[in-house]
Amino acid sequence: MIPLTYYLLLSAALFTLGVLGFLIKRNVISMFMCIELMLNAVNLSFVALARQFSLLDGQIFVFFVMAVAAAEAAVGLGIVVALFRNRHTLDVDEARLMKW
Amino acid sequence: MELGVFVVLAVISVASAANILIQRQPIYSALSLILTFVCLAGIYLQMHAEFIAVMQVVIYTGAIMVLFVFVIMLLNAHEEVNPHHKTRVVRFLGIPLVILLVVELGSIIFYSFAEETFVIPQSAPGPLGNTQSIGMLLYTDYAVPLELTSILLLVAIVGAILLAKKEL
Repeated sequence: MIPLTYYLLLSAALFTLGVLGFLIKRNVISMFMCIELMLNAVNLSFVALARQFSLLDGQIFVFFVMAVAAAEAAVGLGIVVALFRNRHTLDVDEARLMKW
Repeated sequence: MELGVFVVLAVISVASAANILIQRQPIYSALSLILTFVCLAGIYLQMHAEFIAVMQVVIYTGAIMVLFVFVIMLLNAHEEVNPHHKTRVVRFLGIPLVILLVVELGSIIFYSFAEETFVIPQSAPGPLGNTQSIGMLLYTDYAVPLELTSILLLVAIVGAILLAKKEL
């Protein structure tokens, strides 16, 4: 049986890559994909801890996270389409009307 | 054997996750992300979370990533321009903060799980399979959240249609 630590390390690595991508990417779609990567890293640690404690509740949380991720992707991509229609760019630095 | 499969899947998933950051074309990032999700589905399968593994492939790679690829193609998203001076704060502050996050996560994991203090003996899988047990739990203990999820998805559908409409 693979120790829990390995799963948590993999989850931490994927989460960190997601954070890094969110910070360095300037394309709004790429930033969105990095958010999905972070959600998946959290899902992995949920499943690993559920296996560690022999409980199924962690897997049910993953199910709900997936439902929220699907809703978030639909609404977020709708916002991206609306942004592109108004600004004709996907660069987040161009959308700075409400930035101080 | 078990460890070998895990290491191969973990290395592929981390490498393709790093590839997301390296690629400048969003479509290549999307394809790397799909590879990461498939590797995670393999890891879930190895953990005997068969339901989650199938959901990972069906929802993430089958629905969400197809939506991403569809939008990328629809908007003709081309190469990212080089980050210019406006993002300097992110470039100088972001990398140290990510290093801090790595140190923090690594130390937490090592100090709290190094000794595997709370190992619980693996109970043998019950008479029901993984999917059946999840279904039983979802419709008994988690029935209210499940119904709320359906409302959330309905609101998301309405919101997405409204946002993508030509005129509000």
